[in-house]
Amino acid sequence: MNVVAPIEAPERAFPIGGPILELDGISLRFGGVHALTNISFNILEHEVRAIIGPNGAGKSSMLNVINGLYTPQEGSITFAGNKITGMTPTRAAQMGIARTFQNIALFKRMTVLDNIMAGRKLFSHATFLEVALQLPRARREELENREKAEEIIEFLEIEHIRKTPVAKLPYGLQKRVELGRALAAEPRILLLDEPMAGMNVEEKQDMCRFILDTNDHYGTTMVLIEHDMGVVMDISDRVVVLDYGKTIGDGTPDEVRSNQNVIDAYLGVAH
Amino acid sequence: MASDTANAATFPELLLRNAQVHSGKPAIQQKRRGIWRTTTWSEMAAEAACLTAALKAKGLAPGAVVALVGDNRPRLFIAMAAAQAAGAIAAPLFQDSNVAEMAPWFKRLKPTHVFAENQEQTDKVLEILPDCPSITCIAYDDDRGMRHYKNPEVVSYESLLEEGKGAPLDGLASDADGSRDAFVFHTSGTTGDPKPVVHTHQALIERARAAARIEGFSADDTTLAYLSPGWMAQTLFAYVHPMVAGSSTCCPESSDTLLDDLREIAPTHLVITPRMLDTIVLQISARMQDTGGFNQRLYRNGLQNGQKGGLLYSLLLYKPLRDSLGMSRIRDAYTVGDLLPEHTMTFFRTLGINLKQLYGTTETGFFDVLQRDEAVSTGTLGTAVEGVELKISDSGEVLMRSSGLFREYFGDADATAAALQGDGWFRTGDLGALSESGELRLTDRVSDIGALADGTPFRPKTIEARLTDNSEIRAAVVIGDGRDGVCALVDVDTETVGRWADGQEISFTGHSDLASRDEVYDLVGGLIEKANAQLASDPATAPVQIRRFLLLPDALSAGDGLLTPTGRLRRSAIADHYAGLIEALYSDRTDVPIENVPGHAHEIHDDVHGGPAALKLRDAKVTGDLSSRRAA
Repeated sequence: MNVVAPIEAPERAFPIGGPILELDGISLRFGGVHALTNISFNILEHEVRAIIGPNGAGKSSMLNVINGLYTPQEGSITFAGNKITGMTPTRAAQMGIARTFQNIALFKRMTVLDNIMAGRKLFSHATFLEVALQLPRARREELENREKAEEIIEFLEIEHIRKTPVAKLPYGLQKRVELGRALAAEPRILLLDEPMAGMNVEEKQDMCRFILDTNDHYGTTMVLIEHDMGVVMDISDRVVVLDYGKTIGDGTPDEVRSNQNVIDAYLGVAH
Repeated sequence: MASDTANAATFPELLLRNAQVHSGKPAIQQKRRGIWRTTTWSEMAAEAACLTAALKAKGLAPGAVVALVGDNRPRLFIAMAAAQAAGAIAAPLFQDSNVAEMAPWFKRLKPTHVFAENQEQTDKVLEILPDCPSITCIAYDDDRGMRHYKNPEVVSYESLLEEGKGAPLDGLASDADGSRDAFVFHTSGTTGDPKPVVHTHQALIERARAAARIEGFSADDTTLAYLSPGWMAQTLFAYVHPMVAGSSTCCPESSDTLLDDLREIAPTHLVITPRMLDTIVLQISARMQDTGGFNQRLYRNGLQNGQKGGLLYSLLLYKPLRDSLGMSRIRDAYTVGDLLPEHTMTFFRTLGINLKQLYGTTETGFFDVLQRDEAVSTGTLGTAVEGVELKISDSGEVLMRSSGLFREYFGDADATAAALQGDGWFRTGDLGALSESGELRLTDRVSDIGALADGTPFRPKTIEARLTDNSEIRAAVVIGDGRDGVCALVDVDTETVGRWADGQEISFTGHSDLASRDEVYDLVGGLIEKANAQLASDPATAPVQIRRFLLLPDALSAGDGLLTPTGRLRRSAIADHYAGLIEALYSDRTDVPIENVPGHAHEIHDDVHGGPAALKLRDAKVTGDLSSRRAA
């Protein structure tokens, strides 16, 4: 009889590829404060990459640099082989970089469906007038966008709250909706800023599953920031560790876990 | 239309006829990605024919069993038809059951082919696979997460369709023998383990034709399938009746969207469990609390006093409420299982919803005893439908005989013979009485009745009914067989008691916190005192007054296996689950540490997390002097 392959070690539908994003010698200062100092690491296509570090280590600054919100004083960013200068959030979005926020940034009074539809902005080319008059292009786009939004709603298992205003939802579900809106942009890279912050165990498990499923199903490259080490180590392919704006570790979860600098930074060390 | 299907002997043959007669009409509708998607009768037949060819190619032999593990989905119903067209027996299972519950069913039925809805169900079947080597093929529907599976048995439904592509429709009727077995259904297992019950095409179709005649089912009817297909009543209404009448079945998007989907579809007939009716009533009354004075007065006068109001109420209250419940088109709503409390029944009937009690057993084809449109008398389950005979045995047990009787318990001739005892009368296990006009009234399960240690007869359901008549108590379980006295486990109703607590300015975090409050204990204690007084008024029941009670920290649920899908108590399961608490009730203890309560073993109870540290046990006030027999 055939020997059955174990289910635990699946091959990936989207095998990890070459670098999609390379950060080289990034330094970011706010006046005299050195938020990031000479940081270099890369992100491979289709991987789950985590950026971790204690509070104030510069994690969110790093994400904001990738996202184009902050412009670093030194260093370069290469996206899919092209050096990017003057990155802006709009440009990042057009290039296929989407993100979620640490403090949920949804349109609170709009429904879940409308929030996710808002994530389809990039795919709407119809002018105001076309939409107002419901001309063919506007209608076609609306239908396409709705179909994609419904696909995401099914993927994230939120059919039952489709028509519910976001403000009425519990925190864990709002986070899921935010992930949905980011997915609606069909990103190549998805940046998640503390996706698990403030969640209970069950909500964290759900979120982990959706992060892995997204990576598996859509092949989206996932970059997530977390300070909860346990969660990160379970779901990431590679981890970069920041402390005081510097890289102190970079590698697989096992490598990072046994890295003395990382242990010192997390557990504290006598100076 | 009936004549067109009148001589079809099997379900696949009926499907073929429906595809000819009702070709463009919907057979199944399912909401997916926000849109209701229709499978017409001709599409259903074409797909079933392809699947039949593929299953035969995969070695499905006549007489084999095909297990179906999944929710109500178009493909589940199509797989049923395909299995039957190949001469196999379709065995829909309770898909919410865990591996430990499912494994014995698989081992007994020895299915060769399995239909699994998704990854979750496939995982369960794979776990059982080593113990069930008969399985050669597991077909899954939803491919999410299924890419990694390398097991040779696992194939996609999609690939089977591809394999059987272009198969001619008449493959559905190639071997139309109505005396073949069509289905295996499991009983809901009120007492003991669920038993597999085998029905033939002939018996089911003959009974369905009778039901269609009595209730006037036609091709224009629609139902919503939302209960487990493993439960016979659901598959009866979602598959068997539509096949005979040409009507359509709708599948909700997910269990969470059920009430929205119900409103959108507005079915013409529906099976509703007592639990669901309770939920609806509670939701409505909770929402009424939040409205203004006029609405509340309208509601009180129009619905709560049990009197049907005039035209004004019809326009302002009944019709809008029916619409918002999705019951504006309901012609027949069937409540199954236990007799519904009268106030719930009155509520829906006042609304103008034709809610009727339906009683039957899996062994007798389920559509057995029905309240009739012209004569719905409260307090009874109705009369036997045509073709069904009822009688009460000398010991008070309800016996039933009909042409829709099951053929056997799967592979268990002894159990079959024991249930029929050679005379063709099926022993239902329910105790009951028939009125002069043939109306059935049930009292207890045969297996439930017992006696206290001193020999006083003990009929738990009669005692429990006195408690559950109060809207504050959702369920109650009384214990007493072989004991010195009667004790009760009480499941308080979160909605009603929660609202009461709000009014008393008692704050609570959730069900278990609420059920641990002294004030709530006092409230329930008062209700028990009243029930005891009623019991004491009859010398026969005076000794079975409730002496001690506790409030359960968790609601009893079918998910935990403590209730049947229809909401009936599974007493032996409850007794096992709460054995420690029951022993404590018969001791001198006044509380049980929370970590000894099932489901609360790892609970943290401190100032931060809150929650009770111990479960309280209380004495109940009894009427008269029972001290001579005081519980030890």
